[in-house]
Amino acid sequence: MPEPILQLTDVKTHFPIAHGFLFKRHVGTVRAVDGVTLSVARGEVLGLVGESGCGKSTLARTILQLVPTTAGTVVLEGKNLTAGSADEVLAARRNLQMVFQDPYASLNPRMTVFDTLAEPLRVHAVCPAAEIPARVAELMQLVGLAPRFMQKYPHEFSGGQRQRIAIARALALQPKIIIADEPVSALDVSIQAQILNLLAELCRKMNLSLIFIAHDLSVVKHISDRVAVMYLGKIVELGPALDVIERPQHPYTRALVSAIPTPNPDVERSRQRIVLPGDPPSPINPPAGCNFHPRCPFAIEKCKAAEPPLIAADATRTVRCIRLGEI
Amino acid sequence: MALLTVTDLRTSFHTRSGVYRAVDGVSFSVERGETLGIVGESGSGKSVTCYSIMGLVPQPPGRIESGTALFDGVDLLHCTPAQSRAIRGKRVAMIFQDPMTSLNPYLRVSDQLIEPLLIHENISRPDALRRGLEALEAVGINDAAHRINLYPHEFSGGMRQRVMIAMALITKPELLIADEPTTALDVTVQAQILELIKKMQRDLGMAVIFITHDLGVVSGLCDHVQVMYAGRIVERADVRTLFYSPRHPYTRALQKSIPALQPKGAELYTIAGMPPDLSKPPLGCPFAPRCEFALEKCVQTPVQLREVAPGHAHACLRAQQGELQIEQTAHGR
Repeated sequence: MPEPILQLTDVKTHFPIAHGFLFKRHVGTVRAVDGVTLSVARGEVLGLVGESGCGKSTLARTILQLVPTTAGTVVLEGKNLTAGSADEVLAARRNLQMVFQDPYASLNPRMTVFDTLAEPLRVHAVCPAAEIPARVAELMQLVGLAPRFMQKYPHEFSGGQRQRIAIARALALQPKIIIADEPVSALDVSIQAQILNLLAELCRKMNLSLIFIAHDLSVVKHISDRVAVMYLGKIVELGPALDVIERPQHPYTRALVSAIPTPNPDVERSRQRIVLPGDPPSPINPPAGCNFHPRCPFAIEKCKAAEPPLIAADATRTVRCIRLGEI
Repeated sequence: MALLTVTDLRTSFHTRSGVYRAVDGVSFSVERGETLGIVGESGSGKSVTCYSIMGLVPQPPGRIESGTALFDGVDLLHCTPAQSRAIRGKRVAMIFQDPMTSLNPYLRVSDQLIEPLLIHENISRPDALRRGLEALEAVGINDAAHRINLYPHEFSGGMRQRVMIAMALITKPELLIADEPTTALDVTVQAQILELIKKMQRDLGMAVIFITHDLGVVSGLCDHVQVMYAGRIVERADVRTLFYSPRHPYTRALQKSIPALQPKGAELYTIAGMPPDLSKPPLGCPFAPRCEFALEKCVQTPVQLREVAPGHAHACLRAQQGELQIEQTAHGR
């Protein structure tokens, strides 16, 4: 495998819960991200999937150092961001950009496309002021928008076009990694296809690494090289995208895969579906042992005792389940 | 006779910037016990169709220009308020996309749950509460006796949608209209809710109109499907025909743009351009400007939904004239 550009080691992000007005008492901890080890290679697309509340967005924010890390290290190109000063983190963010889910909320309605795209160029003094308009036009072309729309405001664009603006903004500083947090969930199917094609093409063309967060497994399978499945702040399965989604090993991944409705009536009606009982437990008070055991159809006594480690299923895949191979 | 027959429904919104024809001549029927899927992208008119039937279109700016919706002999669009009250919430029920905004945050679940019973049935409050408890248990809420006294914010998204379903089904309706009931939920919870809707449908023998943009959900749940585009139905067929031998280019384009049906990494098919402006209805086929097969006559000639085989109708002029063979999807067995 090529050298990793981003390396996370045992990253934990916990949020304290305090009660009381003057004398705050510490009453609990939300373990949003709880020991994630992960690496991203140059030019790789890593898919990150899981249900709402499993910590995938918090993990994205932790990588960007938008929330303080409780423990562990985030190393970008050899630089440890968790130990870095504010200036160092700011400099590193040039290489680490984000695209958010809702293009209606992530663009400033009072800024034209030009203002939005020129701002990062000015802040980071990427090019002389005179070259900014040319650079903005180039960025717009890169994402398939006509530069003549430069002076328009976000409300004049459709959802798909707005998402293109958001992607152009992320590309403005020529980052090495883009983190896309559910970038197509808010879009219609036909528009979703356009944005997915664009992201895939950009990664290929610019040798970009992409961390693609989504809950739609068919989208993730389509775009990713590798997939990490998260449950309650932990990675439960990690491996090549096709392998993980077509031959899932962890019981949670199996349930997740079987829950996706297939657009094919004969297949859809004949297959066996694993319907998980209940909701995911609270990350404030996760179950002891394997935190999936209360919902797991394969759970045995041993699963309640100790937290399972990530076990290598083969050369490329790791699974957090002690019954790996038995089930 | 069909349970619900909608004929030539036209609903428009009169705004400062013009008249938007959100639903433009839609006709369909639903048989007892049948599940009809209505598929389309945002703005295709699938929700407004059902809102019109239920009398939920705000008037103004909305206006129902023409059409009838016969439910068991009563025209829901032109009946007296008393007639409509006797049907809505009792014989026809509806569930919505976002269970947080469709439950009243100020009322206990028990109060909202039994409201339809207190209104529609001559029943005492304790009896209604007993029925409410049974309804919550039927939709799989554990510890219902305790939970019934909680407020909506104390439930998770999936649980709230279960409460909505319990509330809609408490009067044992003959028709349930579900407007994207699983769009706001996680896939695992979506699977739970879809199984629940199927089970309740079997138990009560009701008909379901299921509005969604997700072709995957439709394929497992619906008997018949109609695809809407720009306020019109462009294709209607039983679910297998629609998925395995679609005739309308828009249906095919929708299928081709779903990643699930394509080989990994292949470039996804995209539909060029944007949906038409509903305030300027085109003379011909509304999809023609984006259609890869469109000819001059597609833009010029008005096209009607026409039955090409029993139960299979579409509104593509070239396919109707036998000029267009859309390749079959390879997935059929």
